[in-house]
Amino acid sequence: MNTEKLGFFKSGTPWVWLNAGAVSISMIMVVGLLILIAVRGLGHFWPKTIWEIDYLEGGNQVVLLGERSKIEAVSAKQLVASGLHLDFEEEFVERTLLKVGNRDMYGVDFKLIVKPAEIEVRKPVDAIVFERTQWGNFYGFLQSINENGSTLAVKPEMLWSELQERLKRVDELRDEIHEIEKFDIGKINYKLEKLRLSERSIELSGIQDAEAIAEIAAQRKVLDDEYEVLKGKLGKLYVAISRDQALMTIQNGQEKLIKLAGVIKASKPNAMGVGTKLIHYFVNLKNFVSDDPREANTEGGIFPAIFGTVMMVLLMSVIVTPFGVIAAIYLREYAKQGFVTRLVRISVNNLAGVPSIVYGVFGLGFFVYFLGGNIDQLFYPEALPSPTFGSGGLLWASLTLALLTLPVVIVATEEGLARIPRSVREGSLALGATKAETLWRTVIPMASPAMMTGLILAVARAAGEVAPLMLVGAVKLAPSLPLDLNAPFLHLERKFMHLGFHIYDVGFQSPNVEAARPLVYATALILVVVIVLLNLSAIYIRNHLREKYRTMEH
Amino acid sequence: MEASNPSDRMTQGQRRWKMRKAIDVVARRVVEIGGISVIAAIALIFIFLLSVVYPLFDQPSIKAIGQYETPGTNDETLYLAIEEQAEIGLRVGQSGSLLFFNVENGEVISEKSLPIVADNHITSFKVVNEANRLLAVGLQSGELLFFQHHYELEFTETARIIHPDILYPYGEEAFRVTDGPILDFAIGDNEDSTAVIVRTDHGKVVYQSFDKESSFIDDATTLESSDKDEILTVDPVLGLLVDPEQEWAYILTEDGNLSAYDIRGDSFDLREKVQVTEGDVRPTTIKFLTGGISLLIGDSSGKLSQWFQVRSDGDLEFRLDKIRDTQIDNSPVVSLATEQLRKGVIAASQAGKIKLLYTTSERDLLSLSASDSAIQTLAVAPRADIFIAEDRHRNIKAWHIDNHHPETSLSAIWGKIWYEDYVKPDYIWQSSSASSDFEPKYSLVPLTFGTLKAAFYAMLFAMPLAICGAIFTAYFMAPSMRAIVKPSIEIMEALPTVILGFLAGLWLAPFVELHLPGVFSIFVLMPLGIIALALVWWKLPGSAKRYIPEGWQAAVLIIPVILIALLCVSVSPFIERILFDGDIRIWMSEELGIGFDQRNALIIGIAMGFAVIPTIFSIAEDAIFSVPKHLTSGSLALGATPWQTLIRVVLLSASPGIFSAVMIGFGRAVGETMIVLMATGNTPVMDFSIFQGMRTLSANVAVELPESEMDSTHYRILFLAAFVLFIFTFFFNTVAEIVRQRLRKKYSSL
Repeated sequence: MNTEKLGFFKSGTPWVWLNAGAVSISMIMVVGLLILIAVRGLGHFWPKTIWEIDYLEGGNQVVLLGERSKIEAVSAKQLVASGLHLDFEEEFVERTLLKVGNRDMYGVDFKLIVKPAEIEVRKPVDAIVFERTQWGNFYGFLQSINENGSTLAVKPEMLWSELQERLKRVDELRDEIHEIEKFDIGKINYKLEKLRLSERSIELSGIQDAEAIAEIAAQRKVLDDEYEVLKGKLGKLYVAISRDQALMTIQNGQEKLIKLAGVIKASKPNAMGVGTKLIHYFVNLKNFVSDDPREANTEGGIFPAIFGTVMMVLLMSVIVTPFGVIAAIYLREYAKQGFVTRLVRISVNNLAGVPSIVYGVFGLGFFVYFLGGNIDQLFYPEALPSPTFGSGGLLWASLTLALLTLPVVIVATEEGLARIPRSVREGSLALGATKAETLWRTVIPMASPAMMTGLILAVARAAGEVAPLMLVGAVKLAPSLPLDLNAPFLHLERKFMHLGFHIYDVGFQSPNVEAARPLVYATALILVVVIVLLNLSAIYIRNHLREKYRTMEH
Repeated sequence: MEASNPSDRMTQGQRRWKMRKAIDVVARRVVEIGGISVIAAIALIFIFLLSVVYPLFDQPSIKAIGQYETPGTNDETLYLAIEEQAEIGLRVGQSGSLLFFNVENGEVISEKSLPIVADNHITSFKVVNEANRLLAVGLQSGELLFFQHHYELEFTETARIIHPDILYPYGEEAFRVTDGPILDFAIGDNEDSTAVIVRTDHGKVVYQSFDKESSFIDDATTLESSDKDEILTVDPVLGLLVDPEQEWAYILTEDGNLSAYDIRGDSFDLREKVQVTEGDVRPTTIKFLTGGISLLIGDSSGKLSQWFQVRSDGDLEFRLDKIRDTQIDNSPVVSLATEQLRKGVIAASQAGKIKLLYTTSERDLLSLSASDSAIQTLAVAPRADIFIAEDRHRNIKAWHIDNHHPETSLSAIWGKIWYEDYVKPDYIWQSSSASSDFEPKYSLVPLTFGTLKAAFYAMLFAMPLAICGAIFTAYFMAPSMRAIVKPSIEIMEALPTVILGFLAGLWLAPFVELHLPGVFSIFVLMPLGIIALALVWWKLPGSAKRYIPEGWQAAVLIIPVILIALLCVSVSPFIERILFDGDIRIWMSEELGIGFDQRNALIIGIAMGFAVIPTIFSIAEDAIFSVPKHLTSGSLALGATPWQTLIRVVLLSASPGIFSAVMIGFGRAVGETMIVLMATGNTPVMDFSIFQGMRTLSANVAVELPESEMDSTHYRILFLAAFVLFIFTFFFNTVAEIVRQRLRKKYSSL
């Protein structure tokens, strides 16, 4: 133990420390990653200050209005290399990515500005940000409110509360419109499509059933009439919603009329205290989780993606649990333990290491094209050539992921079964129970936490897996949820949105990556939180279980 | 019931026992069937992938479907063609007769003739554009007549009827090109212009190009002459060719001299003369391969060779090069037919032998003896499922071929191939393009290379961290800290790779690009800094050391590690300014000639390394931790230091476990999809540079499979890529698993 005598290097101390360093680096990376996602993801919802900047651009002074979304130090040389003309001497320049919004006017949401060219920076209390259904955020100052084209006579200090009043009305109208468009008209369209298909299947059967065709025509008539009624109602609502407009001023005194119909939320972040900001923060967070996405997924919420992920994972669990458990029971309790069982066990173990994309390829080839194609031929000929089950969908995605997570469940269950002491089984058998009874009454209940662990791990893996889903049914934007009020309620053939795929799509396929970036962080945060919680609970159950058996063995 | 006698009770008990027994048996059956079917489902993956891949390497099959005498009058056959549905054939006769016949039995469907006046006659014939079915004949009077065979499809309740017809897209009037008889000619034709060369008597060759003017009123097109040129040839000419894009014209003489003329400008410039045959061998036939880039030349020794213009490395001049050749038969090659949508060729010899081959994959698909006399004319249906051959005795035979994937062979997938327009044989992956006569390039080598490159850099990053971390955690770390570290690393394993990929692509890649010198200095300074810190610790007096118990070094190091990293990043701009002239990327490309991709192998190494660290860590940690305690105690008791014990005893006995950990980690890196998809440029380059991206097998499958047509060659090759991944990872995991099981057995016996 007298390492001190050996000298620094010979004692091995530096190497021990290097090994320790590896652990700390790994830990820092894990924790740092989680913190990075958490900060960026959560920061997105915090109402940000709007800055008014007098900025020198090409010799002219302009006024810019926007949020600072990223600040970094850049070497002047790189800036010059990127074609910027600089009139100052500094080596390093602070560069800000300013979110100026107003995409309908400027074409882009962002502007890169450098510190030395900022002449004066202010924090105007009256600056307003509009969250809009189209064209992203709008930044400006409220001048007046128009109703049906004529300016309202409101005192300037009442303008803001008047605007909020009117926005509330618009919001109610928008909800009403959404209700009609999505549910009522969606239902009619669904029924009409059903009618078209049944008509087509009558046609395909070759029997001239005039009565049935007349029946369909009558039903269609009813639906068309209903649709006309709704359309009239919608028309009125649209007129009502586009009543109000806000006259806004933006940089350099320019004016712009904004229709309130397109404004989701108006706020004055510079006038807010911390308390108000907190309220806004949680409202934003709630909306993010419960809203539909807007503008090619770069804005709005992620509700359909959460819903799709949950549906898929639930369905997968329903499929994978019984099969995984039965396979594990077979391997551990019934199969003759020998070379073949060992081989099978190794194969099952190895399948957990097979790349997920391979499962996706199999899912696409076997489930979607082979099974789905044949199901369409047999049961849905009236819809051909547009596929029903012959293209990716919820069912196939769940089946593919069930196959992918099968090894996880089998391995965990087997481990649980193996941990149960022999004495428990033998005791039950000695009391006259059959093997099935022993399994059902004693072994399986004891192994159930292990199964639970397996299932949780499977769910955690499935929730985060994206590569196979790209092939078997996850889409950028699903027109309708896989579960709705139209019979048969659960639509297994529908495509769905998925959190992981959403991250990939918005982060890499979206037209406006910069604007969508905070949203991707927020989505990633939600996914990470769900998966970390699932894993922690699996670890907890497993450790708990070990303790339990340890006490039982002695 | 209470009055029941004992025997009754017995039967009741027996009944219950029987019942329970039955349930037991049923349960056993259900579990057995369920278990076996689950295992079968797993085996199904393997079998299904194989069944999709297998047809790629299947030999084509052929079936004779008809044999009949050449229909029509007794004139010589100039040309045979088959329409899209492969039901109707066309025969163009020397006398100007046009005959549509049933491909399977030779029955005449309709007969037409070309509008040629009585004292004129056909002196030559050429196909202008096979895909558009545009043909032309040269006349005694020095005129050309263009015509097109055309098929109108009609669908009735029960059947599909094809109505064949002849159209004259440039009018029924013949078109004057020269004065003498047109003995031979060639036409290059695309949407905008047409170039014609004709050979007339006395060796005169006339070149003329036309602009196409289409009238808006009807569909008629007229040709407006633009340039004209004339040359004289002395040697007897075998064939003339002009490519459809009108860049090159070729004249092949009967003694094997091929002259290439550049016709891109206004004139007809001789660029090169090549001898295409050697010795006594004479060329016998010449034809363009589909696409008009490659020349196919058959010769009297029975060889068929492929030539095309190659732009040699460095200089800009084109040079005709012989790309490949193959032996068709021992007798001269007399006729050739090319598939319209692929680079397939059917060649026939004087001795009546027919051979099917594919140029890109260099596959000899099949050969058959079709006749005992020379095959004069060959025709392939546009979908390449039917072909017909006419021999010298006016016999036509028709065959049906099943030949779905001729473009693949082991050598085409794994070897170097000389593709059209490339300067040399190379490994290329380029699966699709907008043009229809595109030559697909299905080499999996660049993708496999990219996969291994990505895995290599990931392992380079992950292995030291994971193994060193595992050693410390299992052997030195205080148990209470281990209880925190292990689950944290396990959670790291569960992080969805899509998140790692997204962070790597959108956060890490720009960050590294901006702080490149800083990132590299972290790799150097971090180990040095840790050793320096260890030295400081070493020098500390014993009383100070007692504050931090043994086994908590990792916790001590957390703050210094963060500080070192921050220091490196913050000095990065200064390093860049002092050493690299302000911008390291510009410096690298100017001084070292190294290109820089923002999403490169370094990013992949870090991000994917991050993903495999936990895999390697947890298996290696288990292996080291489960080294029996009496081994280490023995070593320590004999006076070895903990470090000596670790190196000589622990690592030695745990090394198989660490090896299997690395194997499994490697398998995971090979198959990882989302990280590479999001954090590389996905370009299939073969460059090992750390600053370049790559395209991996898995990312390629994810990108291309949704767009590939089911059961096409592309689809099956992507399945092959998945199959390769499957086999690869399965192999690595099995090796690792067997090693681990052996180790476990060894430990339990110790």
